[in-house]
Amino acid sequence: MAGDLFYILVFPGFLFLAVFALIADYIDRKLHAKLQNRIGPPWYQPLADLIKLAAKEDLIPRQVDPWLFKLAPVFAVTAVVTAALYIPIWRHGTPMSFNGDVIVVLYLLTIPTLTFFLGGWYSRSVYSMIGAARSIMQLFAYEIPLFLSILAPALLADSWSLGGMTLFYAHHPWYALFNAVGLFTALISLLGKLERVPFDIPEAETEIVAGSFTEYSGRLLAMFRLALSIEMIVGAALIAAVFLPFGLNLGGPAAFGLYLVKVLGIVAVIALARTVFARLRIDQMINFCWQFVAPVAFLQVIIDLVAKGVIAR
Amino acid sequence: MSEIRSRNVTIPIGPQHPALKEPTSFSVTLSGEKILQVGVRLGYNHRGIEKACESRSFIQSLYLIERVCGICSHSHSSCFVQAVEEIAGLQLPPRAMYLRTIVAELERLHSHLLWLGVAGHEIGFDTLLMYTWRDREIVMDLLAAITGNRVNYGMNTFGGVRRDISHEQKADILKAMDTLEERTKYYISVATEETTLIQRLSGVGVLSHDDAIRLGAVGPTARASNVKRDIRKDDPYAAYDQVPFDLITSDCCDVYGRTLVRVGELMESYKLIRHLLNNLPDGPLAVKAPRKIPTGEAVSRYEAPRGEDVHYVRANGSEKPDRVKVRAPTLANVQAVAHMLKDRYLADLPIVVAAIDPCFSCTDRLIDLTRDGDGRCDVITWGQLHDYSMRWYKGQGMDLAKLNNRFKCGESS
Repeated sequence: MAGDLFYILVFPGFLFLAVFALIADYIDRKLHAKLQNRIGPPWYQPLADLIKLAAKEDLIPRQVDPWLFKLAPVFAVTAVVTAALYIPIWRHGTPMSFNGDVIVVLYLLTIPTLTFFLGGWYSRSVYSMIGAARSIMQLFAYEIPLFLSILAPALLADSWSLGGMTLFYAHHPWYALFNAVGLFTALISLLGKLERVPFDIPEAETEIVAGSFTEYSGRLLAMFRLALSIEMIVGAALIAAVFLPFGLNLGGPAAFGLYLVKVLGIVAVIALARTVFARLRIDQMINFCWQFVAPVAFLQVIIDLVAKGVIAR
Repeated sequence: MSEIRSRNVTIPIGPQHPALKEPTSFSVTLSGEKILQVGVRLGYNHRGIEKACESRSFIQSLYLIERVCGICSHSHSSCFVQAVEEIAGLQLPPRAMYLRTIVAELERLHSHLLWLGVAGHEIGFDTLLMYTWRDREIVMDLLAAITGNRVNYGMNTFGGVRRDISHEQKADILKAMDTLEERTKYYISVATEETTLIQRLSGVGVLSHDDAIRLGAVGPTARASNVKRDIRKDDPYAAYDQVPFDLITSDCCDVYGRTLVRVGELMESYKLIRHLLNNLPDGPLAVKAPRKIPTGEAVSRYEAPRGEDVHYVRANGSEKPDRVKVRAPTLANVQAVAHMLKDRYLADLPIVVAAIDPCFSCTDRLIDLTRDGDGRCDVITWGQLHDYSMRWYKGQGMDLAKLNNRFKCGESS
């Protein structure tokens, strides 16, 4: 019991995730700055931002339902932290693992977007409402490709648990190469999920101020920001576990170190995308996702099905 | 979502909004993401500069006029100086003409580099902003070295210029031009190859050739619609009739075309500055100008980085101008914005507005009081104004008359 609580609250639960998210946030911002020929923030900047926001007053618009308004950020943080509990870090599977947890993780990672929608929609501000509508429109565009590309490797591994998948790929390391296409589509979908450039349409500041978060301030905004940062590393960890399932056999510190490297590597890719792309329009984003990303993700499913058929023979 | 779909929403962009660098107000009526209607409202930054000039001497007015715009300050001061010189019949020494032109082209460089960054920011491409503003610093440093100021250079005076360019400065400028040309070539390759950039700019904010003429667009906005309109060619001033340069136009007619025109003009400016520096004539910097300007009037045109700038000056033989009128280029271009935004997406609004390189504060000149309905223009009394505001607030659902009867002052009319 105490072990479980430690696992959920401290390591690799909430506390570890929060610290790791802040570090990843720092690396993302610093790398982004360096690529843009800027100096970038000092190492404590993400924490300082969080403390500053937490110290500010929570302003709640008069017309909103205060419960929903306050609960949305809490749900966002809770969902991403819960999702992290099922993702293997230094061994195959976690104490919470069960067959089917990959689906649960994907669903838990959808919840933050829904809270952005609800929080924004019920803010009763035109900017928030447009941002919320864009969030949900974008969700429909990237969610299917993300599901397809994450579930395709599961088909090949014949296991619906992340632990089972990593175990399979540990026994057959070369099979992971079959999933190379899915890695790209999953990364693109993750950019959409995290609302990062080129898919930062729901919070395009030059159009709709801050989108869903326009009316949020203080601790509630801090919680949303933290949820997004944690979502970034959880999403990156999920992709690392599914597409780069190497080194878990090393066990202990070595595997954990490799996990950090993999996650930060994906964070670096996200920072790179943020540097080299301009923001797309929502219609261009949806067209791109349905005309290009979804078919390619579907191709990944076919590749894995064929590979599985060949292996079975 | 159904709420947005079923009825149109009007969202305010401005007077304070992250997309705007200056106070102005767009009220955008949306159906989903589509723009149905755009209302533009200027006039948040009227500073009464024209009127203030009338109570100052010509030389004082020159410094005031320079502060019309923070980016193209040399444009406004040159335009004003040209008008006054025409009235006073002053003939500029050739070196002064060349120096004036060099500063003008340096100003065009930093203005266009600034625009490129702003355009990048509006479409969420902040890397371009960081890169071009870094390079813009090179130009700003040059201007500071030549004139002593990063903006509001104080270079012009009636009958010439106030500062010379030394040999060392000339070498510095030529070196900087090489660096900037190298980097501009890189931006051209980015602009012509980067997919997301082209997707966001191409086909956006279309202004056809005929519409550009009909709506009186000027500067890069007109040239991007293939209108060959450039005061430097049409009505050469300063040293522009003595230097070779090409008129950059594009037939894209959209924001992408405006980007290409501005980047192309950067390349032309490097050429121009090199030519001007290498052929800089010797001689005095200025001729003596009289303190009292003889009676007369003049209109002066000038190709500012944003387009044609027009100044009108009337002198009555005293040391103060009788009337000064300024028409900043944005006023000519702002009419085209509402046209460009028709049937576009909300996401295009910031970049379409930014694409004319607006300078709203420079544009704010005059407030016309027109009465709702008949559009008549007359003076209204305090009482009428009070009643009007009561009616207006009632229309917004607020009955202020009930709130504070004490302050009712309709009697005074």
